[in-house]
Amino acid sequence: MINLAQTYFIEVMTIILYCLLIFVPLLLGVVMALYADRKIWAAVQKRRGPNVVGPYGLFQVPADGLKFIFKEIILPDGSDKTVFLIAPIITLALSIAAWAVVPVQAGVVLANINVGILYIFAISSLGVYGILMAGWSSNSKYPFFGALRSAAQMVSYEVSIGFVIITVLLCVGSLNLTEIVMAQKTIWFFIPLFPMFIVFFISALAETNRPPFDLPEAESELVAGYQTEYSGMPFVLFMFGEYINILLMCAMTTILFLGGWLPPIDIYPLNAVPGFVWFLLKVTFVFYLFAMVKAFVPRYRYDQLMRLGWKVFLPLSLFAVVVTSSILFFFNLAPGM
Amino acid sequence: MKIINFFKSFLLLDFLKAFYLAQKYFFRKKATINYPFEKGKLSPRFRGEHALRRYPSGEERCIGCKLCEAVCPAQAITIETQPRDDGTRRTLRYDIDMVKCIYCGLCEESCPVDAIVQGPNFEFTTETRKELYYTKEKLLENGDRWETVIAENLEADAKYK
Repeated sequence: MINLAQTYFIEVMTIILYCLLIFVPLLLGVVMALYADRKIWAAVQKRRGPNVVGPYGLFQVPADGLKFIFKEIILPDGSDKTVFLIAPIITLALSIAAWAVVPVQAGVVLANINVGILYIFAISSLGVYGILMAGWSSNSKYPFFGALRSAAQMVSYEVSIGFVIITVLLCVGSLNLTEIVMAQKTIWFFIPLFPMFIVFFISALAETNRPPFDLPEAESELVAGYQTEYSGMPFVLFMFGEYINILLMCAMTTILFLGGWLPPIDIYPLNAVPGFVWFLLKVTFVFYLFAMVKAFVPRYRYDQLMRLGWKVFLPLSLFAVVVTSSILFFFNLAPGM
Repeated sequence: MKIINFFKSFLLLDFLKAFYLAQKYFFRKKATINYPFEKGKLSPRFRGEHALRRYPSGEERCIGCKLCEAVCPAQAITIETQPRDDGTRRTLRYDIDMVKCIYCGLCEESCPVDAIVQGPNFEFTTETRKELYYTKEKLLENGDRWETVIAENLEADAKYK
């Protein structure tokens, strides 16, 4: 009996430890991402950005978080209170769950499952439920509109993201994220699949509700979209969920197109650097692009957004799937053939 | 033309141009300042918080002519006067309601003895409304505190008056 408890105890503790190993760096990453986002946005507009709290304003985000913790959680009168409170938890939990299969270095991954990319795709599709629930349960018009827009937008762009991922998978021959990275040893996929890289990047912006596709939370029309009625801790959960999703999309771009943890050239001083440093650098670079896009691209109109998704990206990515598979087939390049 | 535009949008040329521009501005000198720690330059004519000045001898300048009270468009100034023992007329009360004041500078312009002036101070927020009803004591104290700067500013602006 004691033996059983011991084995289970150790098992459970290891799992919790692994979870913390993902969660804590992610939290730090989100804090840095929020800070970097604000700083980059400010710099493009010739402003200074947060620079008062702590050295170079580094503690601004923790200070904001602290403020939110002490704020009252307001439950709107007509809201469905259970769903209202579950929605942000779902958003955050799902965005963290997706990180379980993201490899940051060869072998350094919580769950090295064979269908990693499918798992991430499924989890990020579920992410829309948190937003829909938030919009519906708030019982208020702006969150409702925000949620509707968000659902339509995420569904539309997931289609083209799916096809882009298929082109990559055709070149790899595996759904395992580690193997996808290893397949880029000779050449990073963003060179042969450059148009797909662009499509993926733009779709990723739409998928994470980042500007110029931030219609679900367009402050000039919808106040704050689906988060309008949220305050205090639930709002923080949404914020974190959103930024973890953004980081996930940056990581996905890195893994699918920028060679994950592989150094740019496989020569001595570069391949001596630990893999996760390269991974981190690449994710930072992609996030920088995300932040820059936010700074200089105006928001799309809703019909433009839908047109881009269904009339440009869908045919384009579908065409790319056909072309890629034809080339791979006729030149006998397809892996596992 | 249509084809050119198609390729332009397809190759994201506008996007790349915008990226280049944003990147250029990214490294430009910042337009903003660290406000509470460093402050922007103010014109000598800046119309900030009011002050009542004194002569170098310590005698208050205001002679209670009530020109400022009359000219004040917001009717923010209230003055009561009485002759003093030495026969000169002085104010008993000189109140400015800083909430009513629109900082137009007409009081300063109308004053024949440069007694009421608007100094360079613009950071006089208070926590209660009551503190913004300035009395003669408060205004004279302001004058004593800002006299050096106010004198400099009047000097600098004198040739344009």
